[in-house]
Amino acid sequence: MPEVNGRWIADMKAPRTPDNEEPAAERAHDFRPVDKGFTEEMAVAEAARCMRCKKPLCVQGCPVNINIPAFIEKIYEHKFGEGLDIIHEQSMLPAICGRVCPQETQCEGKCIRGVKSQPVAIGQLERFLGDQPELASKPKLAPKNGKKVAVIGSGPSGITCAGELARNGFDVTVFEAFFTGGGVLVYGIPEFRLPKTVVKREIDGLKELGVKFQFNSVMGNLANSEELLGEKGFDAIYVATGAGLPKLLNIPGENLPNVFFANEYLTRVNLMKANKFPQYDTPTKHGKHVVVFGGGNVAMDSVRTALRLGADEVTLCYRRTEAEMPARRAEVLHAKAEGVKIHELVSPLEFIAGEDGAVCAVKVQDMKLGEPDASGRRRPVPIEGAVEEIPCDVAISAIGTNANPFAKKIGGMELNKWGYIVADEETGRTSNPKIWAGGDIVTGAATVILAMGAGKKAAADMTKVLLGKDE
Amino acid sequence: MYKILEKTQFSEKVFEFRVEAPEMAKHAHAGQFLMVRANETGERVPFTFADWNAEEGWVEFIFMVVGKTTEMLSKYEAGDEIEDLTGPLGQPTDMSGKGAWCVIGGGVGLAIAYPVARQLVATGHEVHAIMGARTKDLLLLEEQFRSLLPEDHIHITTDDGSYGEKGVVTAPLERLLQAKAVDQVFCVGPVPMMKFSSLTAEKYGTPITASLNPIMVDGTGMCGCCRVEVGGETKFACVDGPDFDATKVDWNDLRARQAAYRTEEGQALKAYEEANCACQR
Ligand SMILES: Cc1cc2nc3c(=O)[nH]c(=O)nc-3n(C[C@H](O)[C@H](O)[C@H](O)COP(=O)(O)OP(=O)(O)OC[C@H]3O[C@@H](n4cnc5c(N)ncnc54)[C@H](O)[C@@H]3O)c2cc1C
Ligand SMILES: Cc1cc2nc3c(=O)[nH]c(=O)nc-3n(C[C@H](O)[C@H](O)[C@H](O)COP(=O)(O)OP(=O)(O)OC[C@H]3O[C@@H](n4cnc5c(N)ncnc54)[C@H](O)[C@@H]3O)c2cc1C
Ligand code: SF4
Ligand code: SF4
Ligand code: FES
Repeated sequence: MPEVNGRWIADMKAPRTPDNEEPAAERAHDFRPVDKGFTEEMAVAEAARCMRCKKPLCVQGCPVNINIPAFIEKIYEHKFGEGLDIIHEQSMLPAICGRVCPQETQCEGKCIRGVKSQPVAIGQLERFLGDQPELASKPKLAPKNGKKVAVIGSGPSGITCAGELARNGFDVTVFEAFFTGGGVLVYGIPEFRLPKTVVKREIDGLKELGVKFQFNSVMGNLANSEELLGEKGFDAIYVATGAGLPKLLNIPGENLPNVFFANEYLTRVNLMKANKFPQYDTPTKHGKHVVVFGGGNVAMDSVRTALRLGADEVTLCYRRTEAEMPARRAEVLHAKAEGVKIHELVSPLEFIAGEDGAVCAVKVQDMKLGEPDASGRRRPVPIEGAVEEIPCDVAISAIGTNANPFAKKIGGMELNKWGYIVADEETGRTSNPKIWAGGDIVTGAATVILAMGAGKKAAADMTKVLLGKDE
Repeated sequence: MYKILEKTQFSEKVFEFRVEAPEMAKHAHAGQFLMVRANETGERVPFTFADWNAEEGWVEFIFMVVGKTTEMLSKYEAGDEIEDLTGPLGQPTDMSGKGAWCVIGGGVGLAIAYPVARQLVATGHEVHAIMGARTKDLLLLEEQFRSLLPEDHIHITTDDGSYGEKGVVTAPLERLLQAKAVDQVFCVGPVPMMKFSSLTAEKYGTPITASLNPIMVDGTGMCGCCRVEVGGETKFACVDGPDFDATKVDWNDLRARQAAYRTEEGQALKAYEEANCACQR
C-alpha cells in the first residue's frame, strides 16, 4: 500500500516487473513482436516502485527531460490519459522511444532505485502509455498562419517537426525519398522490435493534422533548397535526411556476393518484405551460417533478422568485448537468448570467395583490449599472428554510416568537412536563415529520442522566427 | 500512383512507357534513372530516362523483358497506374568532353545511349553512334538515331549478321579510333560489351565512360547494394554513378554481383508465369 496517511511511500520490496516477452525459442523463428509490453496490472505495480524523487535523477538522464515521476504517478492513479499528456509535453513518440531508447544509459541508468535494487522500468511504462494514444487530450491547434514549411525526410526528426509545426498553424509538406514514411523506423528497425503499425499510427496522425506527404521525392535531385524557397513558395525548410552511405570496412573481398551492408540486409526485409518472397518480389539471402560485424543496435537487428530468416548458426563478431557494445542492453540479451553466438575481440581482415564466387568464409584478426581511447573505452589492438577463419555463407557489416550525400545537393547551407549539416544544437538553425536541420544528418548516427528532440526544438524556433516573435 | 500515358512496343520483348510525372520531368537529365515499384508487392528496379518533357509533364523509359518485374510491367497498358516512381537518381552523364563523341549502345543499352546522344547533339557535339544487337529484331530506336545523326555516323552491328555488319560493336569502334574520328566514348550495354569497348578505347588512349547497371535497392546511397569497384575503390553506382571511367571498372566484380540473385529471380518468374498462365485460367 504505497500511500500512507496521504504520504507516498514507494513499494521498496517489489522486484522490477519483468518484461512481458514471448519465449525465446519460439519467437526466434518469426517476426512477431518480442516484447508484448506491460499489462495494466503490471504497469500499476511497477509504478508503485517509483519513489517520486524530489530531485529526480531519471529526468536528467532523459535527453528530452520527460517529467518521469509525474507520468508514473498518473499511471499509479490509473489516469493514463493525463500521464500521456505529461509525456507529450516533451516527446511526441512515446510508443517508439519507450521501445527503442537505450534506457540503461539514459533515464533508467540514473534512476535512484537502480543503486540498491533495479531501476524502475521507465521505458516499459512510457510505452504502456504510448500504446494508448486515444486516451491523450486532443492537441490544441493554432489557427492557420498562412506560412508554408517543407520538411525533408520522414524519420523521427522530420515527423516530430512536422507535427509540431502543423499544430502551430503552419502548412506543412513532408518530402520523403521512399514510398512510405518513418525513415529508419520502417526500413532499419525490424518488426519484432518495433511493429510497423506503431509507426503508421504516427504518420496517420500527422495526416489528420493536415500534414501533406509527398513520397518518392528525393530532394536535391528533385527541387533543391533554392527552388523550394523560391518558385515553390516555402517560407522555411527543415532538413532531416538522416545518415547515409554505409561505412566501408575497406578489406579485400568486401564486394563479394552475399557480403551485405546491414542497411541493405535490413531494408530488403523490413521495407521490401523479402522474408515473404516470392509473395513479395524482392529476394534476399537466407544464409545457413551468418556472420555479422559490429556491436551496435544495427548489428543486433541484423543477427536477429538472420535467425528469423532461418539461419542455423549466427555469429556476432565484435572488436571489443560484450561489455563495450554500444547496443541497447536488452537487444544483446535478446540476441543471446535467441541463440546468437558472440565472438568477442575479432576484427575482419578478408572475405574469401567459394567456388560459386560468393563469400564462403571470413578471415579475422584476434584482438585484445589495450589502453582506453578518446571515448574512454579500451582500444582493441591486434594480437600478432592470431588469425582465424570463420566459415559463412552470408556476411554482414554493421559498422556505421557516413553523411547522407543529399544534404549537399539540397544545398544552401553550410556542411562540415564530413558532409554533415552545421546546425545549432538548441535551435536547429543552419547558416541559412530559412533552413533548419536536425537528427542524424546533423549529429551523425545517434538515437531516435535525440532526432525527435531536435525536430521539436527546431519547430519551436521556426515558429518563433517565422511568426516574427524572435528576440 | 503514376499514370501510363502511352505504351509503345518496339519488339517482342522491348517496350516504352510514357508516364505522367511532372516534377521528375522538370529535373531529369540525360544519364539519370528512375526506380519503379510496379505494385504493392513489387521490387524496386531502375530504368534510365529515355526521354522527358517538362512542359507536358512526362518521362519515358524503355525496358526489356528479362524477369518477373519487367514481364509484369509489359502487361500494363496506357491508362494503368504504376504504384511508385522515384527519380531522378544518379549523376547526369558528364558531357563536358570536347570534340567528337562515339556513343555505343548494346541491346537495351540503346535506350540509355539514345538520350545521351541526343543531348550531345543538342549541345553542339559531333556524334557517332554504334548500335549493337544480337539480331535485327532486337535493334532498338533505329529511327530515332537516324533522325538525329547523319547516315555515315550510324554504325550497326548484329551478332548474327541479320542486319548491318556481322559482329560486335568493337569492330566499328576500332575503325573510328584508328581514323581518329572520335575523342570521347560513352558505352552502355551488357558487361562483356562494355569491357571490350573499354579495352579497345584504352588501346588508343581515348577516354571512355560506361554506364553501369548493378542491382539496386534504394537508389539513394543508403543501402550499399549497388557498389562497384572502380580503380580499386568501392563506389556506390546510384549516387556516384551510374557512369564511371570504363578503363578502371572491375568487370568481374560487377558481373558476379549482378548474378547474385539468379536463382531467386528464376523462382520469382516461374511463380509468376504459373499464376498467370492462360492454360490455368
Ligand atoms: C537498424 C537500426 C537500428 C537502430 N536502433 C535504434 C534503437 O534501438 N534506439 C535508438 O534510439 N536508435 C536506433 N537507431 C538509430 C535511429 O534510428 C536514428 O538515430 C534515427 O532514426 C534518426 O532519425 P532521423 O529522423 O534523423 O533520420 P532517419 O530515421 O534516417 O530518416 C531520414 C528520412 O529521410 C529520408 N531522406 C533521405 N534523403 C532524402 C532526400 N534527399 N529527400 C527526401 N527524403 C530523404 C530517408 O528516406 C528517411 O526516411 C537505429 C538505427 C538503425 C539503422
Ligand atoms: C542504373 C540502371 C539503369 C537501367 N536502365 C535500364 C533501362 O533503361 N532499360 C532496361 O530494360 N533495363 C535497365 N536496367 C536494368 C533493369 O533494372 C533490370 O533489367 C530489371 O531490374 C530486371 O528486373 P526483373 O525483375 O524483370 O528481372 P530479374 O529476373 O529480377 O533480374 C534479371 C537481371 O536484372 C538485374 N536486376 C534484377 N533486379 C535488379 C534491381 N533491383 N536493380 C538492378 N538490376 C536488377 C540483374 O542483373 C538480374 O540478373 C538498368 C539498371 C540500372 C542499375
Ligand atoms: S524518452 Fe527515452 S530516455 Fe526519455 S524517459 Fe523515455 S525511454 Fe527514457
Ligand atoms: S529516479 Fe527512479 S525512483 Fe526517482 S523518480 Fe525517477 S524513476 Fe522514480
Ligand atoms: S542502391 Fe542502395 S546505395 Fe545504391
